[in-house]
Amino acid sequence: MQERELRNLIADVKTGQLSRRAFVQRMIAVGLTAPLAGMMLAQSGVPMAAAEIPYKPTKAGGGGVLKLLYWQAVTLLNPHFAIGTKDQEGSRIFYEPLAGWDAEGNLVAVLAAEIPTKDNDGLAEDGRSVVWKLKRGVKWHDGKPFTADDVVFTWEYARTPETAAVSIGSYKDVKAEKVDDFTVRVTFAKPTPYWADAFVGVYGMILPKHLFADYIGAKSRDAPTNLKPVGTGPYLFVDFKPGDMVLAKRNPDYHVANRPYFDTLEVKGGGDAVSAARAVLQTGEYDYAWNMQVEDEILQKLEAGGKGRVNINLSGNVEFIMLNATDPAVEVDGERASVKTRHPLFSDPAVRQAINLLIDRASIQKFIYGRAAVASANFLNNPERFRSKNTKFELNIEKANAILEAAGWKKGADGIRAKDGKALKFVYQTSINAPRQKTQAIIKQACQKAGIDVELKQVVGSVFFSSDTANPDTYPHFYCDAQMYNTTMPQPDPQIFMNQYLSWEIANKENKWQGRNVSRWQNKEYDAIYKQAEQELDAVKRAAMYIKLNDMVVGDNYIQPLLARSRVAALKNGLTAHLSGWDMDMWQLANWYREA
Amino acid sequence: MGKYILRRLLIALPSLLGISLILFVLLALAPGDPFGELATNSNIPPEVRAALRVKFGIDDPILIRYLRWLAAMLQGDWGFSFASRIDVDKLILQRVPTTLFVVGSSQLLALVVALPVGVYAAMRPYSIFDQIANTFAFIGFSLPTFFTGLLLILIFSINLGWLPFVYRADIAATGWQWAFEYFKQAIMPITVLGLFQAASYTRYVRSAVLDVIRLDYVTTARSKGLDESKVVIKHVVRNALIPVVTLVALQMPAVFGGAIITEQIFRIPGIGSLLIAAILANDTPVIMAVTFVFACLVVIFNLLADIIYGWLDPRISYR
Repeated sequence: MQERELRNLIADVKTGQLSRRAFVQRMIAVGLTAPLAGMMLAQSGVPMAAAEIPYKPTKAGGGGVLKLLYWQAVTLLNPHFAIGTKDQEGSRIFYEPLAGWDAEGNLVAVLAAEIPTKDNDGLAEDGRSVVWKLKRGVKWHDGKPFTADDVVFTWEYARTPETAAVSIGSYKDVKAEKVDDFTVRVTFAKPTPYWADAFVGVYGMILPKHLFADYIGAKSRDAPTNLKPVGTGPYLFVDFKPGDMVLAKRNPDYHVANRPYFDTLEVKGGGDAVSAARAVLQTGEYDYAWNMQVEDEILQKLEAGGKGRVNINLSGNVEFIMLNATDPAVEVDGERASVKTRHPLFSDPAVRQAINLLIDRASIQKFIYGRAAVASANFLNNPERFRSKNTKFELNIEKANAILEAAGWKKGADGIRAKDGKALKFVYQTSINAPRQKTQAIIKQACQKAGIDVELKQVVGSVFFSSDTANPDTYPHFYCDAQMYNTTMPQPDPQIFMNQYLSWEIANKENKWQGRNVSRWQNKEYDAIYKQAEQELDAVKRAAMYIKLNDMVVGDNYIQPLLARSRVAALKNGLTAHLSGWDMDMWQLANWYREA
Repeated sequence: MGKYILRRLLIALPSLLGISLILFVLLALAPGDPFGELATNSNIPPEVRAALRVKFGIDDPILIRYLRWLAAMLQGDWGFSFASRIDVDKLILQRVPTTLFVVGSSQLLALVVALPVGVYAAMRPYSIFDQIANTFAFIGFSLPTFFTGLLLILIFSINLGWLPFVYRADIAATGWQWAFEYFKQAIMPITVLGLFQAASYTRYVRSAVLDVIRLDYVTTARSKGLDESKVVIKHVVRNALIPVVTLVALQMPAVFGGAIITEQIFRIPGIGSLLIAAILANDTPVIMAVTFVFACLVVIFNLLADIIYGWLDPRISYR
């Protein structure tokens, strides 16, 4: 999709010919995120029009107890230390950011008085700063007022490397300063088109300065507040047992009128996903269960009981296969898969193209992931195809055979194709996980029909996803021909996400396999466009560049996206929860309510 | 006697040291990385991960890390959890009451079932009662707890809807209501664990009683004209229970160690579920502390069992 096409689409949104939702969906289809689409519209003069979040109760309280079930228990309650989603969710009950993202990529103010725009002088023309106006009258749970000092302090806290905050990436290159008690200016080192990162969403939760001031840097782990959060959120802290449960009660001084609805909140953790689904959908013991990584068939059976339903939200996670651009069988200077080598099979574009035709995405979605994933339209550039709801992916064994035949790969006596003495055999690895193994089997079968012999390999998740430099089975080592995993996009802006195909990010021995480019795919043009996009201030031009980058990666067939995975939650009947795939499930906890 | 205990304690020291060294090295060599989840997250620069590794001293040589751990342990510092960022001892102490309650009650239940059944079965060997008791005992310890646990959940929680299957340590009620709720949620896990243990205890009690009941002094007691209940309770059971007491003493570490699988199924926040969660998160300090405490308990209770044995049976002397 070119810049011009994007502009036309935006014009359609402006005149009302295209709905905002349809536009956002189309942007997701070409590999962008909903928040980025929202930013693009905002810059082109279509205001962020967050739909009013429906809320029926007429007074705060009276809702009884709200019971949430996390099959991975919350282990800590400081959002800036949160290693996994579960901890971020737990922290979000108590802490709040300046703004969050709704399902359609709108920024929704939480602790901010308004969303910065050019019209309200929030955004500087040169893209180097953004001014946040803070909501007045907000109190911390201990009664102290919330001011700009807290926001500036949070920046200071997170950016200090010794604090070892996981949110450091959002704060280390920006500068936050207090303008007055309720105004904060965030300045960027270079023009930054994507400004809504620091203080927004997952990594944006604000900490109270008066409780953390003495615990910045190396002392961060000693802060008593790490275990007894004092935030601005809708519920007050009662008790926390790491790895087991969090108890909270209604905050009578919450800064939004008539909220929250529930009197107490109970978050229980542990166990497994299937029984968590049962506890909500079948027995109704709990109101909400997080991250239902359960086969859709089982969820449907449980839902049939009529006690609850499953809520599915599109997110930026993509399950994909990468083909190694380098040769994992040859050792050069003490490392395999060195960039000095080229893969003996995959360096032939015909092989990559054939493999792409042999992946039965539709069946993988239908039979394995069900409603929890969408056969990936992501990374594709033909807008015509996304207009149809049931996007068809080509599984074409004849065509794959023809391509291989034409490229000179001839079938041998054993039915395996070979060329110049190289047999078309490769090893395909992934982590141990039932849906992944089923996917492997489907692809292996199709490849067999085209005369490609695939050997399947499975590695335990804790090894595969580790950063152990001594273990050759980790995914960044990629000492294998092909591998498959799910790449998460925690950041709504693709800038960081797309650095995984840069030539200077290649994972190798020198950087202890810390480099982000695991596939070792490289392209000079890609590098150049990426650098250009970093500086581009025009949101539309920039989006067009990212779409181009996506196309380059996928078009070369080294990266084969399979499915866009959705976030699935289970909700008991009667409960209204406002979930978004671009923020945490708890992002609108204050507006959750129950109807009889 | 005092000399014997002292000697045993001195022997226990090097074996505990050895155990700790083996545990530590095994954990250090095991694959996995406590900050693995950060590695797949593009928002976190590799420097943060590196800083965290340095902060928690993961990159130092194993021996240095071990000595550091040992020195801290000797000063009563059990370490610091990577995952929860709090002290390990706090984490463990939070879990002890629940485990003591659930596993302790299940042991009591096991004894309450096994003693009368085992004794009665031994008094009438190969009777119908004995056959039935034996059959159930075999079924009992052949069925793993993860199976019986799921079976009970299926029947009592899902089909009948009588009992909750998510265990909560904090129940928001007081007085009788609280006790009732607590009892209700504990029924299934205690039954599963208790009956499993009861099955093997029954077999032990039965064979111990069988050994004793044929001895001459029992015949003498009977021929004196003592009534049967007195013979059994005062003369048979008392002697027969010596090996059983030892067995129970050796089971005590398990009461503290928790029941990993059952705790996981019922979401009981005990030591067992703490251990499994720590293993899954590669939270080495927690794994190390839990397993080491467990090792200490095994050594101590072994010693206790030996001492109790001699006290119960004066024929055994310590030299």
